[in-house]
Amino acid sequence: MAAEKATRSRSAKPAKGGDAAQPAAATGVAAAFTRDERLDAYRQMLLIRRFEEKAGQLYGMGHIGGFCHLYIGQEAVVVGMQMAQQPGDQVITAYRDHGHTIATGMELKSVMAELTGRRNGCSQGKGGSMHMFAPDKGFYGGHGIVGATAPLGAGIAFANKYRGNDRVCVAYFGDGAANQGQVYEAFNMAELWKLPVVFIVENNKYAMGTSIERASSTTNLSQRGLSFAIPGEHVDGMDVEQVRAAGSRAIQFAREGKGPTILEMMTYRYRGHSMSDPAKYRTREEVQHMRETHDPIEMIRARLLGDGVSEDDLKAIDRKVRDEVNAAADFALSDPEPDASQLTTEVLI
Amino acid sequence: MPIEVLMPALSPTMEEGTLAKWLVSEGASVKSGDVIAEIETDKATMEVEAIDDGRLAKILVPAGTEGVKVNTPIALIEGEDEAATDSAQPTAKAAPSVQQPQEPPQSKPEQSASTEAPQQNTAPARDEAPATHAPEPQNASEIAPGTEMVSQTMREALRDAMAEEMRRDPDVFLMGEEVGQYQGAYKISQGLLEEFGERRVIDTPITEYGFTGVGVGAAFTGLKPIVEFMTWNFAMQAIDHIINSAAKTHYMSGGTVRSPIVFRGPNGAAARVAAQHSQCFSAWYAHVPGLKVIAPSTPADAKGLLKAAIRDPNPIVFLENEMLYGTHGDVPKGDDFVLPIGKARIARAGKDATVVSFARGMTYALAAADMLAKDGIDVEVIDLRTLRPLDMETVLASVRKTNRIVTVEEAWPVCSIGSEICAQVAMQAFDDLDAPPAKVSGADVPMPYAANLEKLALPTAEQVVAAVKSVLYL
Ligand SMILES: Cc1ncc(C[n+]2csc(CCOP(=O)(O)OP(=O)(O)O)c2C)c(N)n1
Ligand SMILES: [Mg+2]
Repeated sequence: MAAEKATRSRSAKPAKGGDAAQPAAATGVAAAFTRDERLDAYRQMLLIRRFEEKAGQLYGMGHIGGFCHLYIGQEAVVVGMQMAQQPGDQVITAYRDHGHTIATGMELKSVMAELTGRRNGCSQGKGGSMHMFAPDKGFYGGHGIVGATAPLGAGIAFANKYRGNDRVCVAYFGDGAANQGQVYEAFNMAELWKLPVVFIVENNKYAMGTSIERASSTTNLSQRGLSFAIPGEHVDGMDVEQVRAAGSRAIQFAREGKGPTILEMMTYRYRGHSMSDPAKYRTREEVQHMRETHDPIEMIRARLLGDGVSEDDLKAIDRKVRDEVNAAADFALSDPEPDASQLTTEVLI
Repeated sequence: MPIEVLMPALSPTMEEGTLAKWLVSEGASVKSGDVIAEIETDKATMEVEAIDDGRLAKILVPAGTEGVKVNTPIALIEGEDEAATDSAQPTAKAAPSVQQPQEPPQSKPEQSASTEAPQQNTAPARDEAPATHAPEPQNASEIAPGTEMVSQTMREALRDAMAEEMRRDPDVFLMGEEVGQYQGAYKISQGLLEEFGERRVIDTPITEYGFTGVGVGAAFTGLKPIVEFMTWNFAMQAIDHIINSAAKTHYMSGGTVRSPIVFRGPNGAAARVAAQHSQCFSAWYAHVPGLKVIAPSTPADAKGLLKAAIRDPNPIVFLENEMLYGTHGDVPKGDDFVLPIGKARIARAGKDATVVSFARGMTYALAAADMLAKDGIDVEVIDLRTLRPLDMETVLASVRKTNRIVTVEEAWPVCSIGSEICAQVAMQAFDDLDAPPAKVSGADVPMPYAANLEKLALPTAEQVVAAVKSVLYL
């Protein structure tokens, strides 16, 4: 289980990050959030969750087509990382990208309208679920090819170094992607050239129907950079506070010119790989157990109640989030399809 | 206001399903994400999840009901929090999220695309009914008279071809992503792991370049791997081994090392999966000396040619099509039906014009032939089946009879299979032509996601009709 592993977190290079890398008990971890930060994280994670639930519904009604990979269960990873970043830092991820679009601050309407393939979608309806971008927010997409984001992210970091700015690129990929050859080519260059990149492995235990144990000779992915001398950490990716803590260390390390870090975020996806998924590769109980005992939103909610935030305040957030999502969905259903002339635009500049 | 839970659609083609089972009873409280029911279609079972927290107030469609139309309300969920819900809102309707169809979404985008015919059809095309029946095989000589036929889907025909060849030859094995335990991402390898075990049905990590190299290395020693790509889009990770290692080694080694390997998987446009997951690689591989390239359109051809490919001592690129996996056709019964590689099939005989196509392009070509027949135009439709080597003999014989040619494909138009056919015809049968050759193809753009743009990016039967009329100067 993700959380069990996460408590055995270790850093490959103990020098870096030091004891801070060792998460304490479930609450009160190092660099714990303030009440306001918790409220912010709660709101953002809830926004992603409700957005994804709505996307699932719209898919079921035939308004979204093709592949649609939901982020439900993994919200803490992208929200915690985004909280560790500074304006100007960049993000790149694969096809499971709706959470990343929201965390990087893209407008909900433009994301939902992209899902329905409409004119005011962030990619003008041409990209769909897997291909969303917002370079003005540092978000470089939205890529369908498993493993591609490791070198692409290293390349964005290369550009930062080349320009001499102090930006850091956060490059996400999955546990399945972590076996692709190009990931290791990217690791080598990133360390060799001390590129300001943080590699985030979102280890949700499965690549489609294949569990990590069935696909990987070694399953501690945080150590996959060891032979290149890239430090790595296991992080409880269900705990947004631990994600931010580890993310902050790795980002600072990169910003100081010390090169890449691999953060293996132990997380879990509740839904199928895409909308079509026979789900025979795991039990219903396993999913239920994760939802009941390791839910990232419930975890932060419990802390907020402990902080003295009232149920009513949380409900008010919930209502606001639902309204936002509903407004985005209404927009995405009423926005017209792209003009036929757009078929041939943007092929070349 | 209670929320209506609607019968979900799993794919753009699903119209109805069976409500197999309720997992939650009326009055029980549910949380968003809880599995509340199971529904079945002809191909898949799936779970229905609650879309909101609350109480399952009423079950509207009892368990066991068949033929429940998509978007019919099946239950009501009452929010926990009724008072808090914005009361100005009308009854919310929501299809539940679904999980678990056994099949990736399929649909049939079918509209206009670029036509390089002398004149272009600009009339807006309409949605066509999905092709449920693939064209019948017609090369009488290939199927002995009196042969017993069975109706199969393309999916079953491909599976049977692999299973039969694996029974026949212990050196044949299958490897690829999700081919074993998951039974194939598109369910082509259904049952093979159970029959042949993990030694011969091998689940790989997501490492196309690596496992393709492993496959080719094994083939060098005489094993006969079938390497499945989840789709041909991902074979771009591995194209170096397909070309540099598999296609060239026999030549480079002066004939001393062979690569008896089959690379297979779905190629071409799927439905609404956008640019990186929807393209046709026919011309890419047909360009390469040292490969044979096959792209069948019917279950019988798929079976006979896949068996031939597995037996062939050369590296073979076998291009399937996701949109055709579910189509039915008659396939000769028994395990000895093998078709010749490199032979086109006359799918429909005719005299007025020749239409040459392959794979899913055949759907448009044959539909167009039917439409044209109503206008008294009698076209000959040739299914290439093999793209390398190209059966120009059959094409040229037809052109010499009809004096007109139209090629049809879903791929991009530049340097395509159609380009090659047109060039060959111009070079070898120029004097037989009564009109310039015409090409119908996909639009010259990366595949867009939006439903309307995707339709515009794909060819249509109407475009084929217009192209045929144009070469007939009608
Ligand atoms: C190169 C390549 N191969 C195969 C695929 C098909 N595919 C899409 S997602 C996926 C599983 C990836 O799993 P993982 O990296 O763990 O990410 P997750 O889906 O769990 O977020 C596969 C095999 C692809 N998109 N690209
Ligand atoms: Mg995964």
